[in-house]
Amino acid sequence: MNVSDIFRIAGREVRRLFSGKIYWFCIFFVPLFSCIFFLSLMQEGLPSNIPIAIVDEDKTSTSRALIRQLDLLEGVEVIEVYENFNQAQTAMQKGNIYGVYLIPRHFTKKTVSGKQPVLSFYTNNSYMMAGSIAMRDMKTASVLAAASAVLQTGRAKGYNDQQITASIQPIVIESHPIGNPGLNYSVYLNNLILPGIFALMIMCVTIYSISIEIKEKTEKEWFSTENFSITFSLVGKLLPQTILFFIVGLLLYVILYILMQFPFHGNIGCMILVLFLFILASQAMGVFMTGCFPTLRLGLSFACLFGMIAFSISGFSYPVNAMYPPIQAISNIFPLRHYFLIYVDQALNGRTFFYSWPQYLSLASFLVLPAFTLRNLKWSLKYASYQA
Amino acid sequence: MKLLNTIEKGISDCFAIWKRELWSIYKDVGVFIFFIIVPIVYPIMYGMIYNTESIHEVPIIVVDESHSPLARKFIRQIDASPDVHVFAYASSLEDARERINRKEAYAILLIPSDFSYKINRGEQAVIALYSDMASILFYEAVFMTTTEISIEMGYEILVKTNDPITPDALLSYEYVPFYNPQSGFASFLLPAILILVIQQTLLLGISMLCGTARERNNGHLISRENTVTGILRIVVGKALAYLTIYIFTCFWALVIVPNLFKIPQLAQFNTLLLFALPYLLSCIFFAMTIAGFIRSRETPMMVLVFTSLIFLFISGISWPLPAIPAFWKYVGYLIPSSFGIQGFVKINSMGADLWEIAFEYRMLWLQTGIYFVITCFIYYYQITRVFKSEKQ
Repeated sequence: MNVSDIFRIAGREVRRLFSGKIYWFCIFFVPLFSCIFFLSLMQEGLPSNIPIAIVDEDKTSTSRALIRQLDLLEGVEVIEVYENFNQAQTAMQKGNIYGVYLIPRHFTKKTVSGKQPVLSFYTNNSYMMAGSIAMRDMKTASVLAAASAVLQTGRAKGYNDQQITASIQPIVIESHPIGNPGLNYSVYLNNLILPGIFALMIMCVTIYSISIEIKEKTEKEWFSTENFSITFSLVGKLLPQTILFFIVGLLLYVILYILMQFPFHGNIGCMILVLFLFILASQAMGVFMTGCFPTLRLGLSFACLFGMIAFSISGFSYPVNAMYPPIQAISNIFPLRHYFLIYVDQALNGRTFFYSWPQYLSLASFLVLPAFTLRNLKWSLKYASYQA
Repeated sequence: MKLLNTIEKGISDCFAIWKRELWSIYKDVGVFIFFIIVPIVYPIMYGMIYNTESIHEVPIIVVDESHSPLARKFIRQIDASPDVHVFAYASSLEDARERINRKEAYAILLIPSDFSYKINRGEQAVIALYSDMASILFYEAVFMTTTEISIEMGYEILVKTNDPITPDALLSYEYVPFYNPQSGFASFLLPAILILVIQQTLLLGISMLCGTARERNNGHLISRENTVTGILRIVVGKALAYLTIYIFTCFWALVIVPNLFKIPQLAQFNTLLLFALPYLLSCIFFAMTIAGFIRSRETPMMVLVFTSLIFLFISGISWPLPAIPAFWKYVGYLIPSSFGIQGFVKINSMGADLWEIAFEYRMLWLQTGIYFVITCFIYYYQITRVFKSEKQ
């Protein structure tokens, strides 16, 4: 077997890829549909107008001003003002509102007489994102309410506004979120969800395209010679797929960083390199899995379970450092984990290649994986028959 | 008497189908994996990933240009907080950035040289916080802690300096998180995953069974040797087989696993039981409907597995429901897990009863009905086609 055989096999594979509906579905439809779905679902970026309710036991112009103030904030929307707390709690339990803001009885009276009233707010933390957005805004409103109380007292006592400012808050924190100043949740979820789905499809297609030959008894046609080289045969088979995936991957980048204008501060060459390595690593993972389980069904099950766990264990939603140490170690066998670390370095923070080379190396080292199961794969291609 | 006979025959046929379906599940390793192994193992894996619940001691770098006792006190308080840990001091912002680049820490706190000067003069002092946005949870932990401590210390300063305005004008506030008091990640996400695992494994398993049937019977869902031809008997018999297995699965996923990982469990057992029934039935008929269109044994995995993420996000547990565009919200109404997740979270995490989740509960029964009818149509079509091809 020689190099010209690789091209013959690649040519055969191209015909197979274009004639199989399942390939079109997995290579083009799934990644692109996922783009449309997730990017349009999260089009708000930072969810706004989270419904909350007020329990106004004070019922004065001051409390109404506070309600207006709260409604003006971007993140929450006051959809109901209740008389008592139980009504609000029922609404929260039904899921109609995500937060409750309680203005206590005699709030205005106490503020004026310096008796330090307490404002309370509650969020439904079963819904983490909605809860935390509601909490942030209700906290802001409380700080503003405290400020306006100080302002009124200060003015009444004849101080100027500059003096009063320091009395409101002697120390303030000025926050600079590097790379994602708008706290855009779509940015931090979709930059990983979409490549994750992409990797899942790469693994599935790799496994399917190899094992289907056993199922359909076409492996002889694939190798055509008795003394075939498994490495050459695989390279010839997977090369056309690599090219297709690379095109889809570049399209994904165009959508994310040009169309959606997601933060991209790094070197474009480094990001294209990681895309390429990520595709190869996922393909290598697929070949490895096929070698472990040459039966189509088992290989695919393995890929699906592995690919789904990747979303959780790569740490873009819940950080890996916070997981149990053994799980932190396991996270390294997922290509998506390394992709995430490189993405943070390159695209989000614009760091130089120097800071992420270990991750590039890790991704590249996935290419060694198939070597461990190649013998098993070759044996089953030669002798095994399809088992349902 | 004739009617009675028909009913008797119907029931016995139903159980014959039930028995045959259970046997074919048991014999098929692929289906067995999705029906038995995955529902047992997956919740445990996710539980182990998220069980630490929340992040603590996020490492930060401090650049103290003030070198004042006040700044040192501020830093000490930050370090003493449960969520933030002062990992190191840096001499300059560049130096600190370098350490962030090396991932030694996730935020920089810059205390300017005029910090205590300004405070002593009664002016407002500004502390800068630079956060690595790799993880929103890290950012939130550091931002919340520093803000909290800046307000606390600010108040102490005002009291100590006998500020003429604030102490008698101050109002305070308290924040109480409900239902998931420690804002735990497992407590938030695990209930949704548990519900989703039930639907998705049913979807994959039943699709695989139908794909296999089609491959064996020349593209038909049922074989010609089939002795039972009643649509209702086939559909009910098969559904009962899946239900039999998933009663145990549900008990494992919805009762034992939450207990194992100590996530909030306020559910009343009766409520949970009454809720699980329509959820299971709607999932089963939903899966049978989708499976009706599956033509081969292996494709369902490739075609269906990515939907797990879509169904998770469309349910509104993670991305808030009010922020989901109307179109996708209504698409979500077609999926049992959308109502399943919302309903289960309300029952399990918030202690709701059936009246409080009446909407979700009715929708699940409605879905059960609709998907049952569609499933019957699919089998009606298949049976007539098989007999047509037999006549020819």
